[in-house]
Amino acid sequence: MTDPHKYASPEQLRYAKVLSLGVQTGFLILVVSFILYMAGVLTPLVPVDQLPNYWGLSASEFAKATGTPTGWAWLALIGKGDVLNLLGIVVLASVSAVSTLAVLPIFARRGDWAHVAISVLLVLVLAVSAANVLH
Amino acid sequence: MFSVQQGNHMTISAANLRRALFSLLLLAFCANAPAFAAAGSAGAMPWWGWPLSLFVVCFFLGIVAVPAGVGGGVLFVPIVGGFFPFHLDFVRGGGLMVALASALAASPGLLRLGLASLRLALPLSLLVAVSQIAGAMLGLILPAAIAQTALGVIILGIVALMWTAKKAEVPGIQKADPLSAALRINGIFHDTARGQDIEWLVHRTPMALVTFVFIGILAGMFGLGAGWANVPTLNLLMGVPLKVAAGSSSLILSMTSSAAWVYINQGAILPMIVVPSVIGMMMGAMIGVRLLRVVKASAIRQMVIGMLLFAGLRALLKGLGIWL
Repeated sequence: MTDPHKYASPEQLRYAKVLSLGVQTGFLILVVSFILYMAGVLTPLVPVDQLPNYWGLSASEFAKATGTPTGWAWLALIGKGDVLNLLGIVVLASVSAVSTLAVLPIFARRGDWAHVAISVLLVLVLAVSAANVLH
Repeated sequence: MFSVQQGNHMTISAANLRRALFSLLLLAFCANAPAFAAAGSAGAMPWWGWPLSLFVVCFFLGIVAVPAGVGGGVLFVPIVGGFFPFHLDFVRGGGLMVALASALAASPGLLRLGLASLRLALPLSLLVAVSQIAGAMLGLILPAAIAQTALGVIILGIVALMWTAKKAEVPGIQKADPLSAALRINGIFHDTARGQDIEWLVHRTPMALVTFVFIGILAGMFGLGAGWANVPTLNLLMGVPLKVAAGSSSLILSMTSSAAWVYINQGAILPMIVVPSVIGMMMGAMIGVRLLRVVKASAIRQMVIGMLLFAGLRALLKGLGIWL
């Protein structure tokens, strides 16, 4: 088990490195933002003691009743304690696409165009789902 | 609390540890009895009791998920959906994030050891990512009662699958199919139990691609993650060695955040539900990995099957309006 390249290809090792960095960053943001939220350092959009009145509603009813933004509109309210938590969640949801982009040059240098195409398509699908253009 | 000591002497036998684990699980559920009893009537408990209960339950779910060989999502959705007062939209969003976070945390290590294959995961992830979007959009427009009923049926189906599914440690495929050969889907890993390197190939790739489309739709619709279906498909259909199948399943989960994006964009990710769940599950999983060395995985697996059976019946009866 001494040579990592015996069991993992260069693209796998690069993917793992980028993924690991992104995951650590995402978790750190998630934990810090939740502590700020719970400690009341930043005022939340929906007061925490009011949440039980709303979390039994469907997502669309919840958004209407509380004024919670959908799509990327949350970015405008990032100073709110509860909304800030979405930053860590978004980092975690994005990190695999970033890792996939990071291995593209390795596939391309090797002339492995099938995996270049699959990787690009995967990133495009994730980008479309993230862009909130599907309704 | 208990501690596990390894090395020259072990202070707790596997049987005692199983009993202790089971007792702790019961304790966790009993500790949350007020929450479960008051499901639907949010006023019976202070607001902070809910995230705390969620953290405790997810911590214990995390402990059993690893030895049972299932992801967090498949336990999270039926149990939290059945016994907490949150709308199923938020539970499914939470389930997807729990499954995604667990898979993300595990994947770098699995990739480095060759226990997950990027070449295997990439084409499958592409199809799962597309089909998950369709599943998630369908899930969010389904009436809650129908979604609960369907969830119950799916969970009971998973129980049957877990109960009956066979496993092949190293299927030993001799000839790769043309598609997997063209994509060079193969690999090598070190099996510490056998003390040797094992090379592997896959077959029936086109059939597996079709299967993964259906898995993606179900995973997106119910926020279940998909390890329960990924592993048998990779192992029994494609012939991937069991350890690589489990690792690659985790990698596929981590690469397919498309359903999570649909839930994020629809406002179905509630930090008060997601963050305590993710942190609880991750902390529990760390203990679960240690427990894996000292307890019999099959006993934990049977316990998880029992929990899923109960949660599946609860979801079904709740959806049908029999047990609200």
